[in-house]
Amino acid sequence: MECVQEYINLFESNKALIDKPCTQKLNEEREKAFVRFRAEGFPKLKDENWLHTNVAKKFETDYGMDLGRKAGANSVKGSFTCDVPNLKTVRGYIVNDCFTIAGEDRNKLPKGVLIGKINEIAESNPEIIDSFYNQLASKGDSIVQFNTSFVQDGIILYVPKNTVIDETIQIVAQLQTNVDILTNRRLLVVMEENSHASLLLCDHSSTDKKSLSIEVTEIFIGRGASLDLYELEETTESNTRLGNLFVNQKHDSRFNHCNITLTNGFTRNYIEVVLDGEGADTNINGLAIGDKKQHIDNRTLVEHKKGHCTSNELYKYILDEESIGVFAGKMLICTDAQQTVSQQTNRNLCLTSCARMYAQPQLEIYADDVKCSHGSTVGQLDENALFYMQQRGIPADEARHLLMYAFAGEVIDNIKLEALRERLHILVEKRFRGELNHCKGCNLCK
Amino acid sequence: MKKKNNILKKLANKAYEFGFVSKIKTEIIESGLNEDIIRLISKKKNEPEWLLEFRLTAYRHWQTMPMPTWAHLNIPPIDYQAISYYADPLKKNKENSNKEIDPELMKTFEKLGIPLEERLALSGTAVDAVMDSVSVKTTFKEELKEKGIIFCSMSEAVQEYPDLVRKYLGSVVNYRDNFFAALNTAVFSDGSFVYIPKGVRCPMELSTYFRINAANTGQFERTLIVADDNSYVSYLEGCTAPMRDENQLHAAIVEIVVNDNAEVKYSTVQNWYPGDAEGKGGVYNFVTKRGDCRGRGSKLSWTQVETGSAITWKYPSCILRGDNSQGEFYSVALTNNYQQADTGTKMIHLGKNTRSTIISKGISAGKSQNSYRGLVRVSKNADGARNYSQCDSLLLGNECGAHTFPYMDIHNNSAVIEHEATTSKISEEQLFYCNQRGIGTEEAIGLIVNGYAKEVLNKLPMEFAIEAQKLLSVSLEGAVG
Repeated sequence: MECVQEYINLFESNKALIDKPCTQKLNEEREKAFVRFRAEGFPKLKDENWLHTNVAKKFETDYGMDLGRKAGANSVKGSFTCDVPNLKTVRGYIVNDCFTIAGEDRNKLPKGVLIGKINEIAESNPEIIDSFYNQLASKGDSIVQFNTSFVQDGIILYVPKNTVIDETIQIVAQLQTNVDILTNRRLLVVMEENSHASLLLCDHSSTDKKSLSIEVTEIFIGRGASLDLYELEETTESNTRLGNLFVNQKHDSRFNHCNITLTNGFTRNYIEVVLDGEGADTNINGLAIGDKKQHIDNRTLVEHKKGHCTSNELYKYILDEESIGVFAGKMLICTDAQQTVSQQTNRNLCLTSCARMYAQPQLEIYADDVKCSHGSTVGQLDENALFYMQQRGIPADEARHLLMYAFAGEVIDNIKLEALRERLHILVEKRFRGELNHCKGCNLCK
Repeated sequence: MKKKNNILKKLANKAYEFGFVSKIKTEIIESGLNEDIIRLISKKKNEPEWLLEFRLTAYRHWQTMPMPTWAHLNIPPIDYQAISYYADPLKKNKENSNKEIDPELMKTFEKLGIPLEERLALSGTAVDAVMDSVSVKTTFKEELKEKGIIFCSMSEAVQEYPDLVRKYLGSVVNYRDNFFAALNTAVFSDGSFVYIPKGVRCPMELSTYFRINAANTGQFERTLIVADDNSYVSYLEGCTAPMRDENQLHAAIVEIVVNDNAEVKYSTVQNWYPGDAEGKGGVYNFVTKRGDCRGRGSKLSWTQVETGSAITWKYPSCILRGDNSQGEFYSVALTNNYQQADTGTKMIHLGKNTRSTIISKGISAGKSQNSYRGLVRVSKNADGARNYSQCDSLLLGNECGAHTFPYMDIHNNSAVIEHEATTSKISEEQLFYCNQRGIGTEEAIGLIVNGYAKEVLNKLPMEFAIEAQKLLSVSLEGAVG
């Protein structure tokens, strides 16, 4: 309770400072969000949506917040790369919560595509911010309201009608700090009719200081448009990531999502996809690899509002040492969503007796002409398969790695970008062998 | 479509078969809930001091508890002060103060198909008949006693076997467990008590038949079954209530203790009045059922067919404490019209090499909401735990809902846990196939639903299985749309 009050006080006493660099829309939404945050406080462990994830405790650290926006993102480029070999990307960077993209990168994008800071784009194209900002996130929980209350800038990607972006847009987020830090990140993606883009978000951290990043992403996918979104988390044990992704899909749109947690400290990802037009299709994949005392919580909600939509969900966890995995996936099929086909699969491997897994696959169905199913398993590596391989001269450790690699492979194989897929296969294999602390491509991560 | 609607109308008007009211003089205490009422109930039952204290502690705790809201149910507010907590249909004989059974009461049970005369009874089934707050009669008591089996009403057990009751009562379901468990512990009026001694295989099915008759009352019975080492018992439970416009509350507790290598099979066919087609009236069925498999190699099997009740809130559970113990849960839950059900199970694996199976079949029709909610928890020391869960839902009609909320908490890496759930409707092809072969739509649906539920129905004892099959067809009638 006390820590909630501290944040309330911080907000009230620094209101002018927070508002100062921001466009009017951000400040308007901030007012509304703060009212809700003040009333609700942080989620409690008893809240059905936060079972097993004690998030309030994470806010007890005395974090610094860069409300005066003194740190810039200028120093990043050059000292930091995050290359995926053979993958052409247009790259932007976030340091803590400041975004930057080089002019030459921006020029590679087709005409009409906008990428940049929310506050800048609000000046040139205010209508985009006015009609989309916080439209989906406004109904989010108090963590999302906290973000909306404190966020001062963010990134916007706007893809106009009938525009296809061939190159993958990569946004590399990096935490650089020598004090404990709390950052609020915001991303707004608007895909107009029949457009296409693929987006790769890499989340890194180079600090051993305690850090908490709250990320809110809102994605609008118009009629016939498609978006591939890949999220890769490679942070440190001292990092807490609270991701919130809201997606709204119109007629015949497609959304492919792949979320991979390679290394982390405490992660909670909330994903909400609303299929708001007939014929929309969504694919959500996730892979979480945990060891030490890592905590990985993925919670998804796929809401079928209209008929003839399909959704597919696959989440896999590999839990080693004392790691904790939480998965809760709900499929909500509304009355009008006839002819829905929806499938959800969750498979989990517990490798040690101290690892814990909590799974809650859920179905809530109000329409009758549907085909919905979910399956969830928790188990270990197949003893027979291990024995078979050892019989054929493969050492026990190697056999275990092979099986784990194959287990994870099912998620990675759903990635459409070949270069990224190959890169991830290598990274995951290295992760299992304990050779990977951080992505080798990042100069900052040693 | 028009023809279908006609069938629908015709059958929707079909009366609930057991909805009659018997004219029996019943002694009903004033409505309301306070410590004096609890003292009065306890006094009427001539209970020892410890039991009164047990009730009062539970009542005081209940007052501090909020009504649970987590279930996927829309429960209208319940006025606990408007309910009478004790209704006794037995009249007292003035001369020797023994209670007599009203002939009308005997007739009632006969009408329900539960004859209380032993010569008329189905062979192989002993019955404890409970009406409102009182156990009316227990049949075959003497025959069972010869084998050392105790089968009697809870009130009788409190008088005659106080040590056994005191030892086990509340040992599986603590009064602090949940809101309705606390309420029941405070005001429970009767129920059955079963004790199967070591090494005895109960020669007949034991059963309890619950009937609510009096208006403005609730039924709060309590059943306690203790199966000692190497024993076996199969226990059946049935229930009905009259048709009334107001809702009636039924909040029961069933506790089962299973010792080493013992086996208990508990089957329920729940057919409380479900309310009318507009959702008016019906019984609120808020029940806590739990078995503690304390012994090594013990086994507990729950089988339930839930077709009645306006609202069902029920999670028969197994605590698998003994090594190699087994828990099973087989359920068919059917909801029609405005019925709501949130039912499922909890399998708590504590011992080593414990196994559990969950098969749940939900059928929703009309404007009903049917949810499966289950928990499988494997504790840190429960090596080699194995669970298989399957939850299927069938939707009949486009205004009903079918939901699945399973929880899996796994704290041990040697556990193998599988869960799968599907939801679909009866396919046009299946119906077409039946129609082609001269089977009408209504009948075809009955056939398909019975086939769908067969896996569970097969687990029921013979007579019950036939009754359950009929019940499924009847409850579904009018659901074709």
